[in-house]
Amino acid sequence: MPTINQAEIEQALDAWATHLLNSTVQQATGKLAIVGLISHGDVLARRLVRKLQDAGCEAEYGAIDITLYRDDLSLRGIRPALKSSYLPFSPDDMTLVLVDDVCNTGRTARAAMEVIFEYGRPAKVELHCLADRGGRQLPIHPDYAAFKLDAPESERVQLTLQEIDGKEELTY
Amino acid sequence: MNPRKDLITIDALSDEDIHTILESTSAMKDIFTKSVKKVPALKGKSVLTLFYEPSTRTRSSFEVAANRLSADVTTFTVSTSSVVKGESVHDTIDTLMSMKMDYIIVRHKNSGIPAVIARHCKAAVINAGDGAHAHPSQAFLDAFTIKEKYGEVGGKRVVIIGDILHSRVARSTSTILRRLGAEVAYMGPGPLVPQEKHTGIPRFTNWEQVFNWKPDVIYLLRVQNERMDTPFFPRGDYHQAFGVTEERLRRIDDLNLSIMHPGPVNRGVEICDAAMDYRNCLINNQVENGIAARMSILYHLTPQTQNND
Repeated sequence: MPTINQAEIEQALDAWATHLLNSTVQQATGKLAIVGLISHGDVLARRLVRKLQDAGCEAEYGAIDITLYRDDLSLRGIRPALKSSYLPFSPDDMTLVLVDDVCNTGRTARAAMEVIFEYGRPAKVELHCLADRGGRQLPIHPDYAAFKLDAPESERVQLTLQEIDGKEELTY
Repeated sequence: MNPRKDLITIDALSDEDIHTILESTSAMKDIFTKSVKKVPALKGKSVLTLFYEPSTRTRSSFEVAANRLSADVTTFTVSTSSVVKGESVHDTIDTLMSMKMDYIIVRHKNSGIPAVIARHCKAAVINAGDGAHAHPSQAFLDAFTIKEKYGEVGGKRVVIIGDILHSRVARSTSTILRRLGAEVAYMGPGPLVPQEKHTGIPRFTNWEQVFNWKPDVIYLLRVQNERMDTPFFPRGDYHQAFGVTEERLRRIDDLNLSIMHPGPVNRGVEICDAAMDYRNCLINNQVENGIAARMSILYHLTPQTQNND
């Protein structure tokens, strides 16, 4: 099973932060916010915000739980506890970067955009992810993906992170 | 939590179920602060409120909760229904199931009716109060209100005061609070408070015993005249003997205790006017939290109506 290790993930996050500084920030309309999708995307978002701060770039930080906006809720048997979304700013006229761990069908990103638009009307929304594994079912594509994986639909792509899982790797 | 169709009693829930529903209640409450106070979680699902007993608060709380989850809500009002024409509960269930309801919220004066309905239909059934048996959604909102106030329920002391014997609220709320690690005591008129040997819950009969026990929360029950076939005490004396009088309120204030009540409040009986404005009176918090708790309950139940039933 191919594995991307902790050092490679860290390197990818550095490159990701550089892309944010050199591209997203330059082209941003209004203030910039990095919004993580709970739970793994949120951890990545917090790390990116720290890296931007270290580079002297201030960005707002938020986190959203998209569970209540999923289109497959009634198909899911087990319903874990919901997490509170944290968006301490109005997204009106801002540039929002949605941060997800793995981009697959596009349904999570669709739900995330629905959440965001209930808080306000951002000027621009970008979708960033650590890994794009393809398999899209909706016309939604990430603006930035640190890794592009060639993973068959039947195989599971899983990211573990220190903060949540106690170890860090991306397997597929 | 694992798939569960109905909510009839707190006893039927696992510890994990209780913690999950409470945790999600907090996330549901955050929705109230958004400009759009609605989420699409139950879009396309149908919810029926079936109340065989009068209720304003609980029914409207469930209706608001279902609306905020984007469900379609139908109200079955008994006074205008076939029940008054003699239709049995089973016939009513058959009728309702033909309507393909996904969730049925039931209140009935007889204990056990929601459980009967739950057994006979594929919809998720929520007990919104059955006789003196159970009122689990009230228990969740009470536990959440205490958790919100103190950070946790475990270790807190809650004294429930009033007509314990006829109270489904006392039964369900004391059960959930004890499951979460709180200590519960009962106080009220002798004939209306069960013996400790039957419940395992300390039993007091006056306020001095309550204050000596050092509670954190004073939980007042409504005096339920409609549930008593014979009067257990002279109504006029209740306030002086067991109610929160202005004098007792000063002591409650000095000790920084909280006051809760499931509503509706009988002013001048359980509670004096001034206590309603007391800084640690959590009654309005309970109403707001009731909507969030009921949203969480609806969200976590799984009807068996999803496969073209």
